Amino acid sequence: MTAMAGWIRWIRDFGPLVSRIAAALFGGYALAALASVAVLALPMAKPQAVLTGMLASFAIYAGAVIWVFAVRSALRAWAGLLIVAAPLLAAAWSVW
Amino acid sequence: MKTAKAPRPAGQGIRQSMSGLHSWTGLLLGWILYAMFLTGTVAYFKDELSQWMRPELAHQTEVPDPASVAQRIADELAGVAPGSPQWSMRLPDARNNSVYAFWRTAPRTPGQRGFGEGYFDPATGRTVSARDTMGGDFFYRFHFQFHYMPVLWGRWIAGAAAMFMLVAIVSGVITHKKIFVDFFTFRWGKGQRSWLDAHNALSVFGLPFHFMITYTGLVTLMALYMPWGEQAAFKSQAERRQLTAELSAFIQPGQPSGRSVPLAPVADMVRQAEERWGRDAVGRVTATNPGDAAARVAVARGDAGRVSMSPQYLEFEGTTGRLVAVHEGVGPAAETRGVLYALHLGRFSDSVTRWLYFLVSLAGTAMVGTGLVMWIVKRRQKLPDPDRPHLGFRLVERLNIASIAGLSVAMTAFLWGNRLLPPGMAERAAWEIHVFFIVWALALVHAVLRPVRKAWIEQLWAAAALLALLPLLNALTTERPLWHSLADGDWVFAGMDLMCWALAALHAALAIRTARHRPKVRSGVQKTRSGGASDREATDRERMAGALPRKGEA
Repeated sequence: MTAMAGWIRWIRDFGPLVSRIAAALFGGYALAALASVAVLALPMAKPQAVLTGMLASFAIYAGAVIWVFAVRSALRAWAGLLIVAAPLLAAAWSVW
Repeated sequence: MKTAKAPRPAGQGIRQSMSGLHSWTGLLLGWILYAMFLTGTVAYFKDELSQWMRPELAHQTEVPDPASVAQRIADELAGVAPGSPQWSMRLPDARNNSVYAFWRTAPRTPGQRGFGEGYFDPATGRTVSARDTMGGDFFYRFHFQFHYMPVLWGRWIAGAAAMFMLVAIVSGVITHKKIFVDFFTFRWGKGQRSWLDAHNALSVFGLPFHFMITYTGLVTLMALYMPWGEQAAFKSQAERRQLTAELSAFIQPGQPSGRSVPLAPVADMVRQAEERWGRDAVGRVTATNPGDAAARVAVARGDAGRVSMSPQYLEFEGTTGRLVAVHEGVGPAAETRGVLYALHLGRFSDSVTRWLYFLVSLAGTAMVGTGLVMWIVKRRQKLPDPDRPHLGFRLVERLNIASIAGLSVAMTAFLWGNRLLPPGMAERAAWEIHVFFIVWALALVHAVLRPVRKAWIEQLWAAAALLALLPLLNALTTERPLWHSLADGDWVFAGMDLMCWALAALHAALAIRTARHRPKVRSGVQKTRSGGASDREATDRERMAGALPRKGEA
């Protein structure tokens, strides 16, 4: 029982932080990767588009990490990532 | 980090959470970053270091004629690597007195390694008869792929560290609202405040450089870190080759015809390239299927005098020496990459720019170092019992010593190894590197076993002593002591000796400052003045509050 309570307290205390760290590390990378594919939908030569996507990806990754730790809650952090990801996913879908 | 635990007063939020992000991203991979920064800084002089580490090669008074050198080495390679599908050589320049070449070994010799490489004497064309060493290339390679582990692992770790650094820079700027005011503020001998001021001044001073070097570092390996666009865009080998062609001057071997025809004079091709780009502008010569009727030769422009690593090369038919194609432009994105890549490596730079790179990069190293030390200094004030800190605190404290002072000792030991290991020793180059890691490991053991303050002081003095004595060791073990180098105008050797003394003085100064520093005295003074523990806490709180926007950070 106390073990259970301990777990619950741990999740309440550290859950949001762990969630944010995951959002920053993996969510941020996924967003950057998605953007680097989505850029292929732009009207430009393929090698150029591929390189543009790679070049920009680290700025997007860094921006996503900053966002994740800047907003008020872990939930908002994830929501923000998903909102940006949606149009990128649509663009990436068209070229994959 | 309190930031994740929801409610907090509005308005204060962002700077506080960025402060937390800054110190954690800075700390977690901070030791790796410190090592990357310092070895990378030194690598700006890797060619000079390589020359110093091969003292058997005479001081190069002038750059030999590139065309005749290329011919000499091409003839030599025909004998060293017969039937090779591809070889490539880097011609000597003002900073290089040897030719580095690598080649794929002929496919008909199964069981052999796929690649060969070697250093050649530009004057004779023969393999250089110098001690076996990786030279300055060791620091260069270590800086982005470490050692004793698969190259790809190392590169991923370096990429993660660079990404952390990028986030640390951005969050540091957001945290730090009064950038310019603080740049002109410096409070000596005030414990945490001085560390903070030093950290701020170093960071602000080099901010554009730190940002540039971190981002461009990621760009150098971006195809590894972000392959998804490439994989989605190119389904066929031909398309992939198109991308490779935009990024590289290494022409790829096609099918050999099987008919053997000797290679046309390479010297003429190099001269043709020199007519186009100017003397000493040629950097590299690559040949595919040399000796075959299908041979091709690419003469590529070097990095000097243009801030881009984008390939520019002339392509020749190997058997006739006829110019087939001129490659001088790539698309805008590829050119952007080329410029960012070149900015990171700084190979375009003349010696003044190179020294600037070195100094600002050294400031970046100090920025990471002061940041790591500050983590400890700040937290010491919050420890419930400063005499018995918790495990995490002690771990950071010891790792700081070994990775900052210990790395200086280890890097200098690497240079000592270069002079002391017997020339004919088996695996000599590898043992120089083992010496580096053995000494570094010993520094960690020493840092764990000794009291913290003593460990810092002893290791800083050890680094100072090793650096100060290195020119002496050089004088005893080579024919090129400082007085000879100065007389000969040999600035590689003279510069190295003088630099060692400058760095020795720097380490000695740090050792003396650390020895003089008395963290206990200050609180003792406060105790006599204010009399009670609670007053002291209040003063501490005030100090923290005045210290900067970082208040309230956990």
